[in-house]
Amino acid sequence: MKIDRRSFLSLGAGATAGLAFSPLPWKLMDDSSIWTQNWPWVPVPTDGEASYVDTVCSLCPGGCGITIRKIDDRVVKAEKKDSDNANSGICILGLSSPQLLYSPSRIKTPLKKIEGKWVKISVKEAVAEIAEKLKDLRKDKLSHTLACISGSSSGTVPALFERFLKAYGSPNFITVPSVKDVYKLVFSLSLGSPYVPVFDIANSDFVVSFGTGLLDGWGNPAQAFKAHSILKDNKKKLIQIEARLSNTAAKADKWIPIKPGTEGVLALGMANIIIEKRLYLNKNILFDSVTEGFEEFKALVAKDYSVKAVAEITGVKQEDITALVEDFMKAQSPVALFGRGEGTIPGSLHEMMAVNFLNALAGNFNKAGGVHLLSDNSYINWTEPILDDTAYYGINKKRLDGAGDGKYFLAKHLLNRLPEVLNSSETSPINMLFVTDSNPFYTMADTKLVREAFEKIPFIVSFSSYMDETASMADIILPNHFFLERYQDVVATCGLKPAVGLSKPVVNPIFDTIHSGDAVIFIAKALGGTIAESFAWDDYKACLDETLEAKKDIMDKELFWVDESGVFNAFADAESSGKFEFINDKIRQTKPYTFVEAEGEKKQYPLTLIRFDSMRIASGYTANSPFMTKTVADTVIKENDIFVEINPKTAAEYNLTDGSKALLTTPKGKAQVRVHLYEGIMQGIISMPSGLGHSGYDNYLAGKGININELIGQIEDPASGFDAAWGIRAVLVRV
Amino acid sequence: MSKGSKHKDKKFGMVIDLDKCTGCGACMVACMSENNVPFKENESNKLDSITWMRVYKLENGKSFPDADICFLPRPCMHCEGDHGHAPCVSVCPAIATDYDHKTGIVSQIYTRCFGCRYCMAACPYHARYFNWWDPVWPEGMEKLLNPNVSPRMRGVVEKCSFCHHRYQLALDKAYADGRDKIEEDEYQTACTQACPANAIIFGDLDNKKHAVYSLKKNPNTFRLLERLGTNPKVYYHSSREWVRRAGDNYLKHETTKA
Repeated sequence: MKIDRRSFLSLGAGATAGLAFSPLPWKLMDDSSIWTQNWPWVPVPTDGEASYVDTVCSLCPGGCGITIRKIDDRVVKAEKKDSDNANSGICILGLSSPQLLYSPSRIKTPLKKIEGKWVKISVKEAVAEIAEKLKDLRKDKLSHTLACISGSSSGTVPALFERFLKAYGSPNFITVPSVKDVYKLVFSLSLGSPYVPVFDIANSDFVVSFGTGLLDGWGNPAQAFKAHSILKDNKKKLIQIEARLSNTAAKADKWIPIKPGTEGVLALGMANIIIEKRLYLNKNILFDSVTEGFEEFKALVAKDYSVKAVAEITGVKQEDITALVEDFMKAQSPVALFGRGEGTIPGSLHEMMAVNFLNALAGNFNKAGGVHLLSDNSYINWTEPILDDTAYYGINKKRLDGAGDGKYFLAKHLLNRLPEVLNSSETSPINMLFVTDSNPFYTMADTKLVREAFEKIPFIVSFSSYMDETASMADIILPNHFFLERYQDVVATCGLKPAVGLSKPVVNPIFDTIHSGDAVIFIAKALGGTIAESFAWDDYKACLDETLEAKKDIMDKELFWVDESGVFNAFADAESSGKFEFINDKIRQTKPYTFVEAEGEKKQYPLTLIRFDSMRIASGYTANSPFMTKTVADTVIKENDIFVEINPKTAAEYNLTDGSKALLTTPKGKAQVRVHLYEGIMQGIISMPSGLGHSGYDNYLAGKGININELIGQIEDPASGFDAAWGIRAVLVRV
Repeated sequence: MSKGSKHKDKKFGMVIDLDKCTGCGACMVACMSENNVPFKENESNKLDSITWMRVYKLENGKSFPDADICFLPRPCMHCEGDHGHAPCVSVCPAIATDYDHKTGIVSQIYTRCFGCRYCMAACPYHARYFNWWDPVWPEGMEKLLNPNVSPRMRGVVEKCSFCHHRYQLALDKAYADGRDKIEEDEYQTACTQACPANAIIFGDLDNKKHAVYSLKKNPNTFRLLERLGTNPKVYYHSSREWVRRAGDNYLKHETTKA
């Protein structure tokens, strides 16, 4: 048969129609979908024996007792420990620990930077190289130019670093400050000893919080949440005083918006009303016998903090202030909380003292539902390190950050002063810097200035487990084990008592990493002489065992050892000598009361930018896991854009609509943002979350949003020297 | 199992206290970790971001300073509908999702699902998610996978299972111990167990000894879109009237039942 054009076309049409009506294409499509669905790139989890191992989480200062679910030798999940232990609990960060353990941004081996590129080296080589450099510095009598930034100030690992610096001959051991440092100052000024307060929220019947992020990551979040739920069960009240409707404010029985930065003024105004109406006398405390400086304080607040003046400054209505005072003093066991947000920025000393006066006037120290004072007893009783002449010479040099001297007489460490010190001298006064358990290039305010300052330091050694912003600027990295891979003591509180928890390895280290405690000991040994003699332990484990002694058996069984002797009892009976001093010479020296203001000209920058903390975004040394970032709302991060919260009325003034792009400018920097209209924020105030805008880490986190520290500068608290910045002036322009 | 023991049907459900929920997101992470839920580099498009448990933020619509917000965790509601006719179950052409009368759990069988997504359209709670891509775990992270839950492939729908595998594990354990019953605390979902505020309470809604039994009767308790007749097994509790109102579409003059 001859195939002409006509028959060819009709055959084609017939075949098409036939195929369309036959099930064949559909069957093939279905088969191919099913077949490709079964391609082997969806992993099948390997089965194995399930087991649970208890440990103490050290991802935040909370130190919760948690339990890890394992399948054979792999970690699959972190869970709340099912026990009566007072410090058992878990939060979103603790739940993320398995992801953080296997994170792609873990540093897998010691690294050395050669011509800008990372080269793998062995632990031995790294230790030898660091020791060699340290020996050279010592030869030149420059031992004091070694500095160390430690994320934590408690426990044996920071103590080993501090000891190392001392034995080596440097006074420059600096810890990353937090609200806890200011808490200690509050009590060392008014009670003569640096007590750490624990607020008995669960047993209180009236909690008034001055911007404290009770449900936004403050203190031990798991315990704070538990306490808040007990408050709710008992139908007791929580009052939140804050410029923004935070999660804490939303859960509170009453939210009192206040102009940010004036919380201390409100507290002093409240104290004035209490004294004026003699409400403190209802509390049955022998006021004269347990306090000092009351008359002077009374005169001071009466003069400057009348209700009218306070209402004007704070923007809180007069009747709201008086009602708050009445409710506070009427309550059986009221408590006032201080320390802003989650407490990563130390904050204003006078503001916290002002709020704490309310606790003093309510007489709630060491009472159920009040403020419990714990002494910072150290369980670390090592013999003093042995010092040779070089070490003596070095440690007697002045501290670079100026802490403990002159106007900074109160502070022990002032990390926030370091960038300025570095930038003001031509050659770096630091020749070598150790960075452990911290990420200062990200977490410190005014990141640009910090970067400039630290770039001057010729040699940086990082002990980070992650390729974070600081580690990527280092010259040598000796990566630490992740907490699930290591032994470490964790200072915590169990209920209202001081405690020490024991973090235990749940799995063998999965990479070629080294415990920072071991790293210090090995470096000390490599240096020889008195330094090596000061570190006689074989390794960190031996040091820890020796330090914990008999406590270790308790910790092995119960995870925590509770220090029954660490509770302060001065107010328990009237006969004790501990008096609460409203004013004394030391307090006078700090020139009470000065509260810091936001940086920037009002004319040029009509808005005020404040930071907010969120449980879903980790803003400290530990950064977000992929799961955590997944929980962040699309009104906070969209693609890589960060949102700034703004009141719709303010937005209208600036011609901004929900989601519109804008340029945010502060005296410290500029950033492209988007706006999110939020009725829960005061007019004229804008807010942004902390913890985003990482340049380090993996693709699940890097490049998302802006690091608020690039936009906010530090403001030295005139009383303490710590960073007390709560915000900065800003302007938004639609683009 | 001993002979003659009565096997009463269970009706597992939740009561979530919205006065206690702080919106921290711990339940979401616990759920994802327990159930091998995948994650992508960009999860900001919430339409394709798989979250069996999702915490919504409700706003009361008022202006500053009367504005208020409330967080609402939303797992699968495990609707009973009328005799097990949950909205999703009724429309599934493959019996990939079914209502188990023994437990009250709405199942999802991934290998039966062929991805028509009728169930997603039928679900009034947006509790169901579609796998547009094959899940990818970065190198090393596949170690996190829980062997009790199978990872899903591209082209299927998934949703909260009330951690059904935990129920099976609890039953297995009871059987090994020679018991025919499990206690309330032996079977708890991952989100319930993780909630730091103890806002989520889980148990058998028909068992008088379980906490949920009495909690669900509180006058301030409500269910989402109750008037659709979906008969959900997740109850919410809030002392705030505007939150209870947000649970359904009320006309202006209508009042909530409480």
